[in-house]
Amino acid sequence: MNNQTASTPPSTMEKVSAGMGRRYARERRFRVYGMLAVTLGMVFLATLLFSIVSKGYSAFQQTYMELEIHFDPEVLGIQDPNNAAQISGADYPGLVKASLRAEFPEVSNRRDKRTLYGIVSSGAAFELRQMVMQNPALLGTTQRLWVLADDDVDMLVKGHIDRNVEESGRRMSDLQIGWIDHFLDAGRMELRFNTVFLTAGDSREPELAGIRSAITGSLLTLLVTLSLSFPIGVAAAVYLEEFAPTNRWTDLIEVNINNLAAVPSIVFGLLGLAVFINFFGMPRSAPLVGGMVLTLMTLPTIIIAARAALKSVPPSIREAALGIGASKMQMVFHHVLPLAMPGMLTGTIIGMAQALGETAPLLMLGMVAFIVDIPGGVTDPATVLPVQIYLWADSPERAFVERTSAAIMVLLGFLVVMNALAVLLRKRFERSW
Amino acid sequence: MTSLELTMEKPNLAVKESRDVKHDLTSGTPEKTVGEALLDAESARMTCRDVNVYYGEKHAIKNISLDIGRNEVVALIGPSGCGKSTFLRCLNRMNDTIEICHVTGDISIDGMNIYDKKIDVVPLRAQVGMVFQKPNPFPKSIFENVAYGPRIHGLASDKHELEEIVVGSLKRAGLWDEVKDRLHAPGTGLSGGQQQRLCIARTIAVGPEVILMDEPCSALDPIATARIEELIDELRENFTIAIVTHSMQQAARVSQRTAYFHLGTLVEVGDTDDIFTNPRHRLTEDYITGRFG
Repeated sequence: MNNQTASTPPSTMEKVSAGMGRRYARERRFRVYGMLAVTLGMVFLATLLFSIVSKGYSAFQQTYMELEIHFDPEVLGIQDPNNAAQISGADYPGLVKASLRAEFPEVSNRRDKRTLYGIVSSGAAFELRQMVMQNPALLGTTQRLWVLADDDVDMLVKGHIDRNVEESGRRMSDLQIGWIDHFLDAGRMELRFNTVFLTAGDSREPELAGIRSAITGSLLTLLVTLSLSFPIGVAAAVYLEEFAPTNRWTDLIEVNINNLAAVPSIVFGLLGLAVFINFFGMPRSAPLVGGMVLTLMTLPTIIIAARAALKSVPPSIREAALGIGASKMQMVFHHVLPLAMPGMLTGTIIGMAQALGETAPLLMLGMVAFIVDIPGGVTDPATVLPVQIYLWADSPERAFVERTSAAIMVLLGFLVVMNALAVLLRKRFERSW
Repeated sequence: MTSLELTMEKPNLAVKESRDVKHDLTSGTPEKTVGEALLDAESARMTCRDVNVYYGEKHAIKNISLDIGRNEVVALIGPSGCGKSTFLRCLNRMNDTIEICHVTGDISIDGMNIYDKKIDVVPLRAQVGMVFQKPNPFPKSIFENVAYGPRIHGLASDKHELEEIVVGSLKRAGLWDEVKDRLHAPGTGLSGGQQQRLCIARTIAVGPEVILMDEPCSALDPIATARIEELIDELRENFTIAIVTHSMQQAARVSQRTAYFHLGTLVEVGDTDDIFTNPRHRLTEDYITGRFG
């Protein structure tokens, strides 16, 4: 039997089956490579997210402490409770100090006293001022109030300062820890949701620093970018793809657009500095200029995506429209553009996400400034989320570490929302033909 | 050429031994068209004189003169790449969309030269409608597909009139009974044959005088094809039709006159019955007897 098969030449089927094992092995190998690549990517992503979230989640909670505040007009130095200027200029830090002194009468040393005052955030005095200005009737009364604790206290409560380390080696003395434990044991110090982080602007004091101004700045910048780059990008793509003749000039333009997409963003920043700020005299640090520079940067992305979307519209639709006497304009705007819209929107949102995460060109435009106020318009000084992250990552205070990570979480959240929006829009506008 | 040689080798095709079938096709190309390509001025709707088409360097159509008469169906037949689609697309200037395409000669509709500089292609294409090889309805509702043409040309003064045009066109295209309950369903959801009739309805909704059909049945099954052929016969009463087809049976069934194209030249024109029963040129005979193509 064996001899017989060996002597006759193998049939086609035998040849095919002989190679099948090798073919399948190759396929299996390819699958394994693919799985490995995906797994590797997922592992890195998971590591990144874990590192950010584990560092940053605690920033959404902040230590508050309960103080018994006696609104003593004498301490405040207010003679006339109806005088608004006096109320606004009064010595509110004195109230906090008095309260702390009453809490710990045994502290008499001048230096210890100053350390004691340090466990309450300097923001507490502003809060008291706000309260009295809104309600002058508080003067003379005694209130139990929850105020912000200092960032070092916060770090201790969150366990970022190790109590087991020798006293000389840690940021807090045993004395300070004793005071804090006094509050903790009495249930007068606890972690609460950190509203300051989401409602305040930047600050030198970590417990008072928030990302609201950066978020507002980012949104204003993106608004400018979107309202400039989408119409310009789509118009350029439609003209180049549908109307422009193919000649040396359009070839040159195409090459240049593709090149621009690869130009380092810092170069666009320098261009914006030279042209918009120095030549046209536009305001520094403003979302308007930032948005214009980011427009230059995202335009190539949008134009390339939009042209690809236009190219993918089947020619039969164009012929159908032209065949019944539609003009070129009608063909483009009634038929081609609606079909290309999902692709264009996807490209635009990808460009916007790119712009949202862009830092380098904005450094050139002065958007790296320390901005406490929340910008009210596109010409107000502002900073953006990634620049805020950069600034905080550079700050020495331990409490800024978690804020940096928390700001990254917020930025990633925005990116996820934008990309989800892109998918949603594509699903909504997608039509079959 | 290779495919040609392959067919030559098949013994069952060498029926007519008396003829020399191994001729070179290019040398067999005639200088002059055989048959009656030209009609008298009275019955001709479109007249083409000495039409040449170049795609860049390539000379795609060589010196073609052909008239298309009123209320007749002219079938353009010939092997692939012989220029019949190119010629058809010259008749409503669809070739304008191809940048490297260049047309010379004289093509007139009712005595008006359509390649004149003063002629606007937009109204021309409303006058000379076109149905394409692959059904290409817009990704919109059935109603919108038909209503689009009248709307952009401003043919209806109000909604009611527009509806009348749409319903009338769908009825003439023989599609009304099948779609009257779902006018607002997407046109792309219809079957292939229905889509092609929708495209015909869309074309006639604009009220053209001439309808050009570029292999309208090549993507359809025999039943849908029969339906379209019936429709073409009905449309002949009101329209002049030029149809490109690869099916000789179809040409024989629907057309009154047939033109045979070969490598960019018009070889023979004549009454359909004569062409299929008694071809005068050897190339025509070879093609219709299935010797090549």
